Amino acid sequence: MTDFTPLLSLLGGALIGVAAVALMALHGRIAGMTGILGGLLPVAGDWGWRAAFLLGAIAAPALMIRAGGVAISFESPVPMVWTVVSGLLVGVGVVYGAGCTSGHGICGNARLSPRSLVATVTFMLASFATVFVIRHLIGGF
Amino acid sequence: MVVISALLIGLVFGAGIALSGMANPAKVLNFFDLAGSWDPSLIFVMGGALAVTFAGYRLVLKRPGPLLGGRFHLPARRDIDPGLVLGSAVFGVGWGISGFCPGGVIPALGLMRFEPVVFVAAMVTGILLARILKRQDLSAAPGRQGV
Repeated sequence: MTDFTPLLSLLGGALIGVAAVALMALHGRIAGMTGILGGLLPVAGDWGWRAAFLLGAIAAPALMIRAGGVAISFESPVPMVWTVVSGLLVGVGVVYGAGCTSGHGICGNARLSPRSLVATVTFMLASFATVFVIRHLIGGF
Repeated sequence: MVVISALLIGLVFGAGIALSGMANPAKVLNFFDLAGSWDPSLIFVMGGALAVTFAGYRLVLKRPGPLLGGRFHLPARRDIDPGLVLGSAVFGVGWGISGFCPGGVIPALGLMRFEPVVFVAAMVTGILLARILKRQDLSAAPGRQGV
């Protein structure tokens, strides 16, 4: 079980939105993790802002824990081999699907992009179905 | 200037992911578990992020360009191709297996746990693999438009 955290989640979501708006306002870029990370594979001409964004994103939780004394829950209830399978599928999927939860789900939908709406509905449905199959049809890992 | 700004924006993004619960795979999986231990928190993450981004983009995209120079890099495609749907479905299956998505797992690296590192390594492998596959697809069908 995880606790229902409507206020923290709303606040966190709003911060994600602030970051997305700021990245567009200042850098003219979509805050999609697939696109930002993908642009570093391999490292190309405009790697500076991409690497800095990733570094900031990784540093934030570490700073919150170390400097802010904030507790951040983390639990990965899946066997490691399935984490690997999942990572491979996510990597392949976001290349063909041209984006993920941040790029399509937030930035694309905020622009009312029809491609992002289709992508978001598709990956959400697939995730709901996958969890149902794993937890309720085959009884979990 | 560009690097400092991107670093600060990354910090805000990472803090938002961490506070919202998106960096916690157990919480994400419970959101998808409608028939079991359902945790609706992620609706609030999506709602908060979409409301701010929708309103903010309205104002920002009226401007002639980004404040730090250059232009707005906005995807122009509007067609729904099979790759978009199939790729998104594959991504969704992967997300449903582990509860990790790219935007959630990168900040989760800062939690100094082993699983996000393993996931990111596999995900990067998947990205590079898909690019090779895609390039072969395109060269096999020369009339098709590249992405």
